[in-house]
Amino acid sequence: MHSALLEVRLLANTNNMLSVSQKLSPKLFDHDVEMVPIRKGFGEGLLEAANLDPRVVGLCADLTESTQMHFFKNAFPKRFIEMGVAEQNLVTVASGMAAMGKIPFVTSYAMFSPGRNWEQIRTTIAYNDRPVKIIGSHAGISVGPDGGTHQALEDIALMRVIPRMVVISPCDAIEARKATIAAAKTTDPTYIRLAREKTPIITSEESSFEIGKANVLFQPVTGVVDIAIFVTGALVHNAILAARILEKDKIGITVVNISTIKPLDESTILRVVRGAKAVLTVEEHQIAGGMGSAVAEFLGANFPIRIERLGIRDEFGQSGTPVELIKYFSLDEVGIVNATRALIKKSA
Amino acid sequence: MSLLTEKESVFLAEKANAIRVSIIEMLLEAGSGHTAGPLGMSDIFAALYFKILRHNPKNPTWEDRDRVVLSNGHICPVLYSTMAHAGYFPVEELKTLRKFGSRLQGHPHREWLPMLETSSGPLGSGLSQAVGMALADRIDSKQNERTVFCLMSDGEMDEGNTWEAMMLGAKEKLHNLIAIVDRNNIQIDGFTEDIMPLEPFADKWMAFNWHVIEIDGHDFQEIFDAVEKAKSQKEKPSVIIARTIPGKGVPEFEGKYEWHGKSPNKEEAKIALDALRTFGGKVVSEHE
Repeated sequence: MHSALLEVRLLANTNNMLSVSQKLSPKLFDHDVEMVPIRKGFGEGLLEAANLDPRVVGLCADLTESTQMHFFKNAFPKRFIEMGVAEQNLVTVASGMAAMGKIPFVTSYAMFSPGRNWEQIRTTIAYNDRPVKIIGSHAGISVGPDGGTHQALEDIALMRVIPRMVVISPCDAIEARKATIAAAKTTDPTYIRLAREKTPIITSEESSFEIGKANVLFQPVTGVVDIAIFVTGALVHNAILAARILEKDKIGITVVNISTIKPLDESTILRVVRGAKAVLTVEEHQIAGGMGSAVAEFLGANFPIRIERLGIRDEFGQSGTPVELIKYFSLDEVGIVNATRALIKKSA
Repeated sequence: MSLLTEKESVFLAEKANAIRVSIIEMLLEAGSGHTAGPLGMSDIFAALYFKILRHNPKNPTWEDRDRVVLSNGHICPVLYSTMAHAGYFPVEELKTLRKFGSRLQGHPHREWLPMLETSSGPLGSGLSQAVGMALADRIDSKQNERTVFCLMSDGEMDEGNTWEAMMLGAKEKLHNLIAIVDRNNIQIDGFTEDIMPLEPFADKWMAFNWHVIEIDGHDFQEIFDAVEKAKSQKEKPSVIIARTIPGKGVPEFEGKYEWHGKSPNKEEAKIALDALRTFGGKVVSEHE
C-alpha cells in the first residue's frame, strides 16, 4: 500500500518525515493535539458495524458504558445482552450465538476478558472457529489509579498463542473505529485491545487501515535508518515524538505502527529492518509474549538482527496517574529516546 | 401426555441396546475413553435421536433442526454411536474412535466432524453455549420453531460457569431451552456427594428459577413426557434431572465410579457384550 520511501514527504511546518501517504493528523505534534479514548472509537465503530449488519450483537459483563457499548445498546436494545459480572459466561454465550449466525462483540476489561476466561475462549470460540469479537478494554498500565489488579499486561500473549485468533491493538480512537468495523466483516475469532485514557489522535479518517497490515508512520529525512521502532497502541504517539527528538541528533528512526499483532505484517517488517542497525519494540505489555516477542520470533528466524524490547519487565503495575506510570516504566518519549541511544551504542 | 406404543418402546429399547453394543466395541478398539457415562445416557440419546428431535441425518445443516449441545464431551462415544445408528455416518466408522486422523476425536471437535453443534471436553461451558443459541433464536423470533437441548453431567455442576449460565437462562426466560442433566452420582474421584455435594440438587435449579422435572433416565415414557412438559412451559427454561445408572446395561459396570474414565479390556468387553446381546439375560445369546 504505502510501499516505499518515495511516498514519504516532508510535511509543511515541520522538519520531520511523517508518512504523507498515511495522512496523519496535522495536529500530531501540537500541544493541543486532539485527545480521545481509544475505547470510544470502538463504541462508535460498533454502532456503525451494527447499522451495516443485522447479525451484529453485543454482550457486556456489567461495564457497558465503561467499554463504550452504550451507543450500541441504546440504538439496538434487542440485540444487546447484559451478562452481569460473569466473564466465563460472556464468551461462551457469545460462542452459542455465533453458532446461530450472529456476530457477537463481547466487552469487559482486558484483565477479566480474556484474563479470566482464557480456556472458554480457546475451546468454545477458537477451537470451534466462531466469529466472536473479544474486546478487552482498559488494557495496559495507563489504566492508572485502579492499580495492578486492573492493568492487563499479559493479554496480547494470552490471545496470540491461540490458533486462529486475530489480535488487533489500535493506536488511537480513529483506528479503533476502523478496526471494529473491519473485524465485524470477517469470520475470524478476533481480539481487540483497547485503552481507557484519552490519548492523542495520531491518524485521520483518510489514513489507511487494514487488518494484518502494519503502517510506516515516520521515516528519516536522510533515508538512512539507524533504528526501526515497532510500536503498538497509544504508545505509537510517544514513539513518533521520540523519533523527532532523535532526528535532531541525526539518528534515523523508522516508526511502524503494529496495529495487527497477529497475523504479523511480515513483509513490511522485513522491508523496514533491511539496512537498520537494530530494532526496538515498544508496548504497554510484558516483554514476554507480547508484540515485541512476535516481532523477535519472526526476525530471529528470517532476518537476525539485534532487538531490544521495551515494555514491562516481569513485574506488575501499580496505582498512579497514567502519565506517572508511563514515565516510571520508561515508555514515554524520554524512555524511548534513552532506550534507542543505548541500543545504538550496543549495536555500534 | 401421549403414550408411547408398545412398538415404539420396543424400537427405542432395541436402538439403545445397539448404541450400547457399539459403545463397548468402539471403546475396546480405542483402548481408552469413558464407559460409564455413555452407557448410562444411551436411553436418553436413543429417545432423542429416534423419537424426540427435529433433525435430518441426511441434511445435518438443516436450519430448522433442533440443536443438541453435548456439554460433557467425554461421553462422546454415546453421541457418536447414536449419530451413526441414526444414519449420520457409517456405523463402521465408530471403530476409528480416538485414532490418528479420525473424525471421531477423543473429545468432540466440530472442525473434524462439522455435523456436531459444538466442540466440548472442558467441562461447564455447554449450558452457556446452549443459552447463547436460545438467545439468538429469541432475537430472530424463532423460539417456537426449534428447541435447544443441552446434555450435561452432574459432575460438571461443580464448574462455576454452569451457574452463570443458569442465571442468565432464567433472567432471559429462555423457554426454548431444555437442559438434561445426567444425574448418575459419579465423577472421576468418586461419588458426587463425597467429592462436592450437589443435593438438594433439584431445589438449587428451582431456586435459580428454572422449571424442574425429575425422571428415571431409563424410562422412555418418562423421558418423552418430560420433554413434552418442558416444551409446554413458556415462561422459563426447563431442566430435566435424569436419574441414571452409570454403566447401565452391563451389571458388572453398573453404579461403579471406577468405570467413569476407563475403557474395557477384551475380557471385560466380552462380559459387557454378552450382557447387552442377551438384554441382561432376557434373551438367549446367539453369538457364542
